[in-house]
Amino acid sequence: MAENHAQGGTRKIWIVFFVLLVVTAVEVILGIVKPEFLMSAPGGFTSWLNYIFIILTLFKAYFIVETFMHLEGERKSLRLAIYLPVLILIPYLTFILLTEGGYMMAG
Amino acid sequence: MATTTSVEMPQEEKIWGGGNQPMGASYGKLMMWFFLISDALTFSGFLTAYGLMRFQYESTWPVAENVFTHFPGLEGDQPLLYVALMTFILIMSSVTMVLAVHEGHHNRKIRVGLWMLATIVGGAIFLGSQAWEWYHFIIGDNGGVEVVFTDDRGAQTLRPANADGEFISLSELVHGPSDGGHGHHEHFTKDQVVEAFAAGDYQLRFPGKEGIMVGHDESVTLLSDERAMVVQGANMTRNEYGHKQFGNFFFFITGFHGFHVFSGVVLNFIIFYNVMLGTYQRRGHYEMVEKVGLYWHFVDLVWVFVFTFFYLV
Repeated sequence: MAENHAQGGTRKIWIVFFVLLVVTAVEVILGIVKPEFLMSAPGGFTSWLNYIFIILTLFKAYFIVETFMHLEGERKSLRLAIYLPVLILIPYLTFILLTEGGYMMAG
Repeated sequence: MATTTSVEMPQEEKIWGGGNQPMGASYGKLMMWFFLISDALTFSGFLTAYGLMRFQYESTWPVAENVFTHFPGLEGDQPLLYVALMTFILIMSSVTMVLAVHEGHHNRKIRVGLWMLATIVGGAIFLGSQAWEWYHFIIGDNGGVEVVFTDDRGAQTLRPANADGEFISLSELVHGPSDGGHGHHEHFTKDQVVEAFAAGDYQLRFPGKEGIMVGHDESVTLLSDERAMVVQGANMTRNEYGHKQFGNFFFFITGFHGFHVFSGVVLNFIIFYNVMLGTYQRRGHYEMVEKVGLYWHFVDLVWVFVFTFFYLV
């Protein structure tokens, strides 16, 4: 497994670095410019711009985990053991805090 | 992996029976992954708690671009640029770490050592940048005032604004608009601030996104109250930027992440030292570099999220 990866050379590493760099630059430019048409909030929760930021962040995280941490070359059992707890528990925690948190100031 | 060569490929039904590596990763690597999962949950707890507080206190929660505005050597407001640079440094050091792992697969001792050294330098630069940011956060920039409302809003940190509702610094308030933004070199007394505030057409503004204003007359009344105070800089009790929790979350989340970076630099250095001693060359593989690399990438991964939820959103 490791040998196969080594044969692939460093090209992919630099491609991922470039992707991360461009995505970060896009985020920073959006954060500075804050385009007016992205500031409306669908469903009244948070703005389109914030949804874009979150999606781009998850996009970057995927590349870091898959390529830099080299999860793409691991066995399926290891991939599931790592992805499932995180992908179940973090959205669950976020959901609980954001919905139940509404009661905090109610009293 | 190279470490499993002495074990024959197990028969299908014996794969979880022990004596082999069912997940295709060594014990050490597996445990590093499971530690990182628990650490990821810890950080997600911090960040969701931050989000909860922020939505709860939206009117007094400062907008990040009004807080982190400095860039070394540049005048005026440079929102986001400095954290973008810090992000770049950390991603870059992640790349040098992958390259060290890559050279480890080829058993090239000197190249592994060089890339690890580059990673250590990158981590040290990041830590220095964070120290610089903390310094500016703690010493403050524009200054604010804490006033006590008689209704259930209680004590709030607000910032002075001009007649158009734009934020101004205490320095601009006391010395006039020409003075620029370098107010943090001077400390202002409450008397100075109240006197200047009452003399001009100023109002107080909530630091939150909606920018709720408090009219001039009401502001003067609030400021004249004996419980009102001038707030410059930040500590664990109050900060000039807005809600008190904002400062605490800043110190705690970036501090906890910074401590991870610091630990990572120390671990990287120990492994680098062993690489140069030839420990892994004799062992025949550089898996230790991979393990410490996983930790280092995780630190980068967490920063990607901190960057989004603390500075962008």
